Amino acid sequence: MVDDNRKYVIRFVFILVGLIYSLKLFQLQYLDDTYGPAAEDNILRRIREYAYRGIIYDRNNNILVHNDPVFDIMVVPKEAYVEDTMLFCDLLGITKEDFIKRMEEAREYDMFQPSVFLKMLSKTDFARFEDHLIDFPGFYPQARSLRGYDHNSLANTLGYVGEISKRMLEKDTTGDYKQGDYIGISGIEREYEIELKGKNGVKYKMVNVRGVVKGSFKDGKRDTLSVPGKNLKTTIDLELQEYGEWLMEGLAGAAVAIEPATGEVLSIVTSPSYDPALLSGRLFSKNFAVLAEDTLKPLFHRAIMSVYPPGSTFKPLQALIGLQEGVISPHEQIYCSGALVGDHAPPGYYDVKKAIQKSSNNYFYIVFRRIINQGLSDNTFIDSRLGLEKWSEYLYKFGLGHPLGIDVPNEKGGQIPNPDLYNRMYGENRWKWSTINSISIGQGEILISPLQMANYVAAIANRGYFYTPHVVKEISDAGKPRERYLKKHFVGIDSVHFRTVIDAMEMVVEGGTGFRAAIPGIAVCGKTGTSQNPHGEDHSVFIAFAPKDNPKIAVSVYVQNAGQGARAAASIAGLMMEKYLTGEVKKIWIEQYVKAGHFIY
Amino acid sequence: MRQQNIIVNKIDWLTVILYIALVFLGWLNIYAAVYDEELHKSIFDLSLNSGKQLIWIVSSILIIIVIMSVDFRFYDSFAYIIYGFVMFLLLLVLVEGTKVAGSTSWFSIGGLRVQPSEFAKFATALAVAKYMSKVGYKLTKPKDLFITGMIILIPPLLIIIQGDTGTALVFGAFVIVLYREGLNPAIIIIGLIAIALFVLTLIFEQQTLMIAIGVAGTMLILIGKKKWKRILTIVAGMLIVLSVVWSVDYFVNNLLKPHQQNRIKALINPDADPLGYGWNVTQSKIAIGSGGLWGKGYLQGTQTKFDFVPEQSTDFIFCTLGEEQGWIGTSAVIILFVLLLIRITMLAERQKETFARVYGYSVASIIFLHFMVNIGMTIGLFPVIGIPLPLFSYGGSSLWGFTILIFILLKIDAHRMQVLLR
Repeated sequence: MVDDNRKYVIRFVFILVGLIYSLKLFQLQYLDDTYGPAAEDNILRRIREYAYRGIIYDRNNNILVHNDPVFDIMVVPKEAYVEDTMLFCDLLGITKEDFIKRMEEAREYDMFQPSVFLKMLSKTDFARFEDHLIDFPGFYPQARSLRGYDHNSLANTLGYVGEISKRMLEKDTTGDYKQGDYIGISGIEREYEIELKGKNGVKYKMVNVRGVVKGSFKDGKRDTLSVPGKNLKTTIDLELQEYGEWLMEGLAGAAVAIEPATGEVLSIVTSPSYDPALLSGRLFSKNFAVLAEDTLKPLFHRAIMSVYPPGSTFKPLQALIGLQEGVISPHEQIYCSGALVGDHAPPGYYDVKKAIQKSSNNYFYIVFRRIINQGLSDNTFIDSRLGLEKWSEYLYKFGLGHPLGIDVPNEKGGQIPNPDLYNRMYGENRWKWSTINSISIGQGEILISPLQMANYVAAIANRGYFYTPHVVKEISDAGKPRERYLKKHFVGIDSVHFRTVIDAMEMVVEGGTGFRAAIPGIAVCGKTGTSQNPHGEDHSVFIAFAPKDNPKIAVSVYVQNAGQGARAAASIAGLMMEKYLTGEVKKIWIEQYVKAGHFIY
Repeated sequence: MRQQNIIVNKIDWLTVILYIALVFLGWLNIYAAVYDEELHKSIFDLSLNSGKQLIWIVSSILIIIVIMSVDFRFYDSFAYIIYGFVMFLLLLVLVEGTKVAGSTSWFSIGGLRVQPSEFAKFATALAVAKYMSKVGYKLTKPKDLFITGMIILIPPLLIIIQGDTGTALVFGAFVIVLYREGLNPAIIIIGLIAIALFVLTLIFEQQTLMIAIGVAGTMLILIGKKKWKRILTIVAGMLIVLSVVWSVDYFVNNLLKPHQQNRIKALINPDADPLGYGWNVTQSKIAIGSGGLWGKGYLQGTQTKFDFVPEQSTDFIFCTLGEEQGWIGTSAVIILFVLLLIRITMLAERQKETFARVYGYSVASIIFLHFMVNIGMTIGLFPVIGIPLPLFSYGGSSLWGFTILIFILLKIDAHRMQVLLR
């Protein structure tokens, strides 16, 4: 036997290896804490549960916007394996080059984490693919929803939803959005984004090495459920809306109908418009580009964004200010020779009613001069400035000159001339009534949107107040609109003066230029207007409300390049009111007249 | 009856208990490795590896009974015949064997697969013991050393031809036996230096290493006495070292198969390609590392349950243990193994015959090499070499092989007092 130490050397080596391993394991298992998370990373898959966006209803509970289920096809490149590329591409409707490109993008993003391979596969397309899903490991569907529409109206007001942009993502402070999430970009979708979006949930699933889901992680303790968005009930009457859009087909312009008692917008037509479905889904970018390029500007919400001189529809307002200021009295006869300004109304004596009915330009020249030059100062320039200041205050109270604050984004405020404006235009104390007298008949520097027009009519219909027009009347089950839409705004004109003006407006329809707006058996009050257009045919304007007592609807209609307000605008306004008040239109000849579209003759 | 009494009274029960403990823990872990929550199959289910392992365990008991019943002199007397028979099987498997995962090392008998190379271990141990116990045997005699070397090297050569390099490497364990029996330590030290150079070659660029060796040699010459003999020795040594470096480089890059190259690369830098050749090591370390101090609990391991670790019930069974039982579990098993190894060397040392002692050390060495390489690879200290953890891993041939290896020793040990009677 060789020396005895050798057996101890061997045992020492055995113990040494055991000790080294045990220490190495101590380092690996106890000291190093990166392996625990690494193991979780391996098996954890975050699956976003997209919240259902709130549904939007009209005032009669017809669905305006619903959700269509779609599927994003996700891929985890490490696990992805496609044997039959041809079949795969066929099922998804993509080319082989497309397939290679998309896979490369996914790999560049992350080998282990899922990324979107193909977006927004429709339910039927997905069903086809789903049957073969088992053959394509590494691919799995992610359920989402798209906005869907059962009608094709109201596009500009509803707005659209799109993928959140990088810039919006950077600005976001809620932390609720991730890249690829949808967000309301325009219209109600944007205005009520917070209410509509709900809250996305996250589910943690455990997957095996091939990406097959093996169950929830820690019994779902870390999961959060998605919370659906709140539903909105709008003030829109879909039937009236569709009818209005049908009437305006082929015309450029806007029509707004408001329920005076509440400020609820019954219908808000802008024409030309587009089918809202075009901006939902995979063809969004393509369709958006086409719409944005369109010279007729279908994406331009004329009802709230276009502003123009109101023309003669401004006269009832002018009369109210004159009466309130006491510069005219209801029965005062003023002789109008017709010499001051060109006029359709014949020379003769006019009281305020007759002046409105006949739309006397000369009468309102005089009224406006009396408002502006009340003799508060001997200096006619200063006198004019004081007068204009007072006058413009009245108009602001009617909701003119500033955005009203409707719950549709991008509303324009228009323009009401005030001393500042003319000071800028002509210089301080260098303008007087005769400089600015074109605004007395609603031309010149006054710019009003169709929405503001409808609102001002509603204020007349209410005999002195209005509620800010709004399109959403109930947010989910709260059962009421936003707080600010419940506040009455008084216009600062005594109700007695309205009687005079409203009587006159009734006469406009019964025996004046507004005859096309008449509804058998219902007292309609209106006023025609022609907005002068230096670039082409004048714009046709009409405002009205009905019935005269206890009014249910106030409308403004504006048709570009359609000539006199008595024709296109009055006809459309009358038809819409008839439709809303009686449920059907008996004046078929007017309908035919509108659809024929020959307004210039 | 007398035979029975001897067995019961004289058998080393400590070894038996350690054997039972390792086999039982192995069985539990095999079940954990293949457990699938959704299927809810029992540990006895024969479609699972745990169910099959139970069959192997029961059959191992039968083998133990047979080993214990046979006359203890049988193993001494029939050592060469057993060795010859197993060598024949190793040749036969090349012709008749079934190819599994690139290796032709399995016989398919009915539904069962048997791996003769597992039995080559105990057969070689018997043959080496037999030869070294011959009268006048001396390791210093070149002839004796050469024949011993041949007995040890023939099986691994045949196994390499089968394509199972891992199992072949196990025969390197006999170096420990030879050391115990008096092999010049210089040979072992040279061997260790060669291994160190091998590893250094893999870690560093060939050029860098060669320059370093050149600088080190030059410095040695400059520092010491400048005698011709000394300088010549150093230069010669340098040249040998350089040729080793060059041949290792050549060996790795030209002779090893790509998958073998990758395993070595993975050892040196598993993070270089965690999805490719580093996958096994990375996932194995994640499994064990995520177990923490106390483990995730029995059947709660996610790495193994969800197939992130390859070969979970066989070569990487240690991952399941590490993940579910934590450092406490892994250390306990390491202690069991070290106790078993020490106990076996103690048994070997108390033998009166050279045959029995050499055999005993062979058993310890083979188990030790498996233990060191298998656990070493799961924690990234060894390249991935596909050999099982003795008694623990799933696999009939492996369990049978180690059972035979251990229980022949226990049988011989039980009769050690009878030797004098012969």
